[in-house]
Amino acid sequence: MNRNVKKAASVIAVAAMSMAGLAACGSKSNDAGGSSKGGKVYYLNFKPEAADAWNTLASKYQSETGTEVKVVTAASGTYESTLKSEMDKDEAPTLFQVNGPVGLATWESYCADMSDTEPYAQLNDQSVALKNSDGTVVAVPYVNETYGIIYNKDLLNKYFALSDAKVKSVDEIKSFDTLKEVADDIQAHKTDLGVDGAFTSAGFDSSSDWRFKTHLANMPLYYEFKDDNVTNEPATIKGTYLNNYKNIFDLYITDSTTDPSLLSSKTETDAETEFSGNKAVFFQNGTWAWTNLQKAGMSADSLGMLPIYIGVQGEEKQGLTTGSENYWCINNNASDADKKATKEFLKWLITSDEGKSALTNDMGFVTPFKSMNDEETDNPLVKIAKADTANTETTSVNWVFSMMPSENWKNGVGSALLNYAQGTGSWDDVQKAFVDGWATEYNLTHES
Amino acid sequence: MITMIGKSIRRWWALFTLPTFLAFILGFLAPFVIGVYLSFTKFTTLSNAKWMGTRNYQRALSDPIFWHALWYTTLFTIITTIIINVVAFAIAYMFTKALKGATLFRTVFFMPNLIGGIILGYVWQLLLNGVLAHWGVTLTYSEVYGFWGLVILLCWQQIGYMMVIYIAGMQALPSDVMEAAAVDGASGSQTLFHVTIPLMMPSITVCTFLTITNGFKLFDQNLALTNGAPSKMSEMLALNIYNTFYGRPGFEGVGQAKAVIFFIIVAIISLLQNKLTTRKEVEA
Repeated sequence: MNRNVKKAASVIAVAAMSMAGLAACGSKSNDAGGSSKGGKVYYLNFKPEAADAWNTLASKYQSETGTEVKVVTAASGTYESTLKSEMDKDEAPTLFQVNGPVGLATWESYCADMSDTEPYAQLNDQSVALKNSDGTVVAVPYVNETYGIIYNKDLLNKYFALSDAKVKSVDEIKSFDTLKEVADDIQAHKTDLGVDGAFTSAGFDSSSDWRFKTHLANMPLYYEFKDDNVTNEPATIKGTYLNNYKNIFDLYITDSTTDPSLLSSKTETDAETEFSGNKAVFFQNGTWAWTNLQKAGMSADSLGMLPIYIGVQGEEKQGLTTGSENYWCINNNASDADKKATKEFLKWLITSDEGKSALTNDMGFVTPFKSMNDEETDNPLVKIAKADTANTETTSVNWVFSMMPSENWKNGVGSALLNYAQGTGSWDDVQKAFVDGWATEYNLTHES
Repeated sequence: MITMIGKSIRRWWALFTLPTFLAFILGFLAPFVIGVYLSFTKFTTLSNAKWMGTRNYQRALSDPIFWHALWYTTLFTIITTIIINVVAFAIAYMFTKALKGATLFRTVFFMPNLIGGIILGYVWQLLLNGVLAHWGVTLTYSEVYGFWGLVILLCWQQIGYMMVIYIAGMQALPSDVMEAAAVDGASGSQTLFHVTIPLMMPSITVCTFLTITNGFKLFDQNLALTNGAPSKMSEMLALNIYNTFYGRPGFEGVGQAKAVIFFIIVAIISLLQNKLTTRKEVEA
């Protein structure tokens, strides 16, 4: 009996081990066949929320043209590592994406010339495409996104209806001072309004901290770069507008639903829940937030978006913050047939009706392409963003955070911000992480 | 007697060890050598490595977070090794004495070890944050909370496992020695410290080895419980290496260099520990 058990156990163990061995060998060679005629497209998708839409689109294209299109989606936050291992395979992605100039620096040697592609030709503004160090166009943005301070119209109107409200209409909020006045007053009236605070929790869980260490940090950087005419990643920065950064951040953590000592583990979902549950009036986020807010039961009519005012001169003309951190690149190491197939696929994406409708409606993208300027959308935040871009009275703030030297720099700023918010660190540390950290990271990432 | 078999073994051993040897080379030696090689290069994917000499090591050693992770991990390992082994030994000692329901309790104590680290980390995060909410803080408020959270988690998970090893060791203790001790009038504590523990040294060697290496290599629990927050101050070595490798483009080689340093440290410590404890092993 005992011997039989032992025998059985060892057989199973051997079987299990050899299975593991086989599985490890097998993963590389899944679709080795099929590369006979023409090229193939393999797209490594960055946006998990659009994964289904991409798969549908791929099979539609395949049945229409016969070109094989494979779409693989990297799980949230793992794009770089997935790309790293996929690029090493024989069947590497033919189409992938980088997040801006800094991402491009990593992948430059893998990026093919895109100047003869349809997406580049169709760009509304060709200067937004990224060039490599030789000056060749190698990365083309495919989606524009916009962020600002999303507000709950119903709650804000409720506040305006109060007899002692500081202002009576959202149109009067045109500067940091008014924003602060209103937020402070809402905080003081929170029981009258039935809210927990003016702003949602400024959570520093990794699902949420990018809203402050990246998106909010864009504001002081934008103004500094504008003053100094900086257009490429600088080696050092001065931190001219860091006091403004402090002001807006102080506002977020003071007029908040949450005690600062609890911020370290608050997630983006927490903030979303507070906002959609009518527990907060303001929520710093972008056009992409609509999907979740809609799921949580918010109606399109009750949403509005304000620019992030930080108290800079002339900011009443400041618009929302619009830009891209999604750039398509074609793999330089792919065969010519595959490159050609990929370019044709891209052309189809942004010029055919199916492609256009999938990008706009199913994925909710605002694209920078001429061919798609007339597409309509049902995302209220995108509508606001489009109106803002079209408005000639205001100037959109660009996304300059793609010039930030590294993820590590952002993390340093994020940790310093959290310590400052909790009271375990001072604003000096934030300043140091921001300015000195920039120089350190620049040097580290630019040593060859 | 064994000459027939002995002869064929002498003639054919190479053939029969070949599959295992190949598997060893493919599954262990090759990745290890490639890994060490990569730690001297700058690479994005394995195929475009460029030789950089020892610069990755200089960078790894000049990273203050790496040093912090190193002493944080060392402290963590020392504390968990002591707690886990003392408690596991005590429980095992209790259970080998007559105690009602011992088998049931053994199973219960062993259960936590069957749960995956990520789930454990997540569950304990909820539990500990729930408790800490009384004081208006969370686990990631400071690295001290994260540290003790991890200690609690790891002890909870591993005590049962080590207990099983100790129980097995105790049940194999020769009863004649115990009886002799009892006949000679040794007190309970004398028997424990002068008879049981010396005889238990083989089990202690195994358990301390396991707890030390587990402490050093802790990853999933660290990732799920605090993920290094705040400010990477609760980041342990394995997580630091992972984050360097995957979190910073251009730093793959540095991550690799850290991994090699990590390997050397763990190897030296486990060898030393093994030497120290096996020297104390006695025969009954």
